[in-house]
Amino acid sequence: MTIATFPPEPKPDPGWSRYFGFCTDAKVIGIQYIVTAFFFFLIGGLLAMVIRGELITPASDLVDRAVYNGIYTMHGTIMLFLFIFPVLNGLNNLLIPTMIGAPDMAFPRLNAVAFWLVPIFGSLLIASFFVPGGPAYSGWWSYPPVSIQNPLGHFVNGQGLWITAVALSGVSSIMGALNFVTTILRMRAPGMTITRMPVFCWTALAAQSLQLIGLPALTGGAIMLLMDLSFGTSFYRPEGGGDPVLYQHFFWFYSHPAVYVIILPVFGIFSELFPVYSRKPLFGYLYVALASFIIVGLGLIVWVHHMFPSGVAQWMRNLFMVFTMLIAVPTGVKVFAWLGTIWGGKLQLTTPMLFCLGGLFNFVFAGITGIMLATVPVDIHVSNTYFVVGHFHYVIYGAAVMGIFAAIYHWFPKFIGRMPYEGLGKLHCLLTFVGANLNFLPMHPLGLMGMPRRVSSYDPEFTFWNVVASLGAFLLGVSIIPFLLNMVSAWIRGPKATHNPWRAIGLEWLLPSPPPEDNFGEEVPTVISRPYGYGTGLPLVEHQDEIERRLDLQEASAA
Amino acid sequence: MTSSSKPPINTTAVAGVSLWVGVLVVLSHWMGEQSHRWLPVSASTAAPLVDNLFGLETAIGTFVFGAVVSVMVWVMLFNRAEKYDESDAVPVEGNTRLEVIWTAIPFVLLMAIASWTIQAEKELGTLGPMEHIHLRDPIEQVGGYAGDRLPSEQVEVIARQWSWEFRYPGANVSSTELHLAVDQPVTFRLVSEDVLHGFFIPAFRLKQDVIPGRAIDLNITPTREGTYRLRDSQFSGTWFAANQADVVVESADAHSAWLQQAAAAPLQPGLSVAVEEYATLSGGSRRGWATVPPAPPPQVNVPGSPDQPHDA
Repeated sequence: MTIATFPPEPKPDPGWSRYFGFCTDAKVIGIQYIVTAFFFFLIGGLLAMVIRGELITPASDLVDRAVYNGIYTMHGTIMLFLFIFPVLNGLNNLLIPTMIGAPDMAFPRLNAVAFWLVPIFGSLLIASFFVPGGPAYSGWWSYPPVSIQNPLGHFVNGQGLWITAVALSGVSSIMGALNFVTTILRMRAPGMTITRMPVFCWTALAAQSLQLIGLPALTGGAIMLLMDLSFGTSFYRPEGGGDPVLYQHFFWFYSHPAVYVIILPVFGIFSELFPVYSRKPLFGYLYVALASFIIVGLGLIVWVHHMFPSGVAQWMRNLFMVFTMLIAVPTGVKVFAWLGTIWGGKLQLTTPMLFCLGGLFNFVFAGITGIMLATVPVDIHVSNTYFVVGHFHYVIYGAAVMGIFAAIYHWFPKFIGRMPYEGLGKLHCLLTFVGANLNFLPMHPLGLMGMPRRVSSYDPEFTFWNVVASLGAFLLGVSIIPFLLNMVSAWIRGPKATHNPWRAIGLEWLLPSPPPEDNFGEEVPTVISRPYGYGTGLPLVEHQDEIERRLDLQEASAA
Repeated sequence: MTSSSKPPINTTAVAGVSLWVGVLVVLSHWMGEQSHRWLPVSASTAAPLVDNLFGLETAIGTFVFGAVVSVMVWVMLFNRAEKYDESDAVPVEGNTRLEVIWTAIPFVLLMAIASWTIQAEKELGTLGPMEHIHLRDPIEQVGGYAGDRLPSEQVEVIARQWSWEFRYPGANVSSTELHLAVDQPVTFRLVSEDVLHGFFIPAFRLKQDVIPGRAIDLNITPTREGTYRLRDSQFSGTWFAANQADVVVESADAHSAWLQQAAAAPLQPGLSVAVEEYATLSGGSRRGWATVPPAPPPQVNVPGSPDQPHDA
């Protein structure tokens, strides 16, 4: 497909200001998303430090109990809705158009609106710290009836702002998902059939389909919660004949798939990066690609595993245990494919590769505790304990955040045009890996011993592992310093990047670094083979030599 | 990868891999045994089921994790590109036979664990019948299986923000400390007066949310004398963390003596850490964010003592 564009004319460099305005260029929006996400990441991280500071001693002594509950609620909410979803949407914006050879997203204005909703609902959520009574305190699940108790009785309250922010986040995500799905389905380069599409795009397509299916349930559930909280309805209010367990179904019908919305693109990142740094094709490309959609199908029918000890009957527990265990099978296919990819490769242990290997290590660990959690009797013992907190932090921080860091180090040269520093990157990787394991591993013995999650105080027998976890958390807090230092200094004065510093195969690496606003413009190359042809000698596109020679010449003349 | 000429078998490699698999098997077995030590003392009929399943999954998990990490470490040590080596590796694009193997083995293994679990749970019958009793199997519909059938002591559990109250309707006793007779089946009837709570006794491996507007039955038999903690496991608001109670499992004689003594005791306020802390914090000077005030402590025959040592 060729897209008509005006003949390129030399434009003055728009400079920094475009990052602060309503810009419809997906590459600018991508960077806006990522920078905004990391701003909120620092706030969420600061709250985590307060949580671990409180839990370093058994008594509730650092902050008031009500304050603790508000802080852990906001930590989870900020990290999910204001860090991880926006940062992934940032990567989607940067990578999807360039990987498939599209000039931009399908609906650029919608894309910009979706982004600008993030700072809006972000401010709303942060504002809830300052309303009378403080922010929402009922956990990121906001289970009723606690979430509709409204102790001060004010119409404007932390919980109400929380629900509004989450609903707006859903609207933003739906807009984003529509855009990503349409772009992937309609705007691929000539010759890029669906089975020649990079796995990152497969996983993005899978994840964004889940958003479209799941989010209406959450949004509907949230609106009913707001009605119960603010307008006296009784959808979930037991004294009015409502059922609090109903909310849990609405919530988890979306929020379990949400975990796959997070982890699927990270699987995509692993599938892109392992071949580059092993100099081998992705092992079993088609199986890896298709497994994403099996995960989507199964991911929609496992939500009750979050509710095993809740008010559900035994038959339901058993049914959802079986589905949950099944989802380990396609996930295993992916893990084994990555091992097959690195096996016998020629590994280059760069920063992105080290982050991927660390992320894979953590993910496999989380997968094993995940099977334990799927088994009903074991789950009955450990659910709502620190075992679960440990498990999902291994998934979200150990695997997903490490995968996101890998992606940032890998694609930074492409979109910023400068190289990040390897030394600082490796230090960041080491601190993250050690900090995460030190922080999250002790949560497993704590949960097995019977320490419930969300507690502001605990019995003295839990002290030892909590001290270890807190020290790990503080190390994790420190680990962000080399990252920020690296990003800022590389952006300002890092060495100029060539168009393909990692010798990677993919359409995005046939663009200059950074790519021009309309990417390939009218000259979209025709794809002639599958991705990841490392060692096969097959060119990815027609006239590949010519394109690369032209880029080399441009770089030589610029130097 | 189905070429007719098979590559020659490297006996050193086969021996090395077999030896390493053997090491992993031994390690996994050892971890499976160790796993029991990570859990609290086992004090109910449900505990051995949970502990054995957890041990089995720890052993299998250790093997899988060990195998994956072995591959990763091997590759990182021996498959690294030489410095300045920019060449590509031998391009292997996949292997259908391997894909089938690593799909089939986890599938069979997981389904085996699931079906074994379902059977074991059915026989234990911890959770009383909820809706959809017609979906239970014929044996259960006619009142079969141990958990449903045994005559048991009835204890009514009332959860509040933030205290636990236990009523023994047969003996006309109420308490904020749960007393049970060892080796005697007990049926809890769980109710909540305000929000969701979680009835969680780690030593019993027992957890069930308490849902306002419903009464949920739970069957268990304690198997070990001692003092244990009951913890609220479903977030219930400000004093959630302090919403705990002691569980005393005693001999049958001691239990009936306790019931008799308790029935004679006058009603007095039960234990509620929340009420105590709220009293010290309130009085106009309380800073921090808004909270629902705690419910007044229940009037009980036996409040129990706040600081007795517990086994788990």
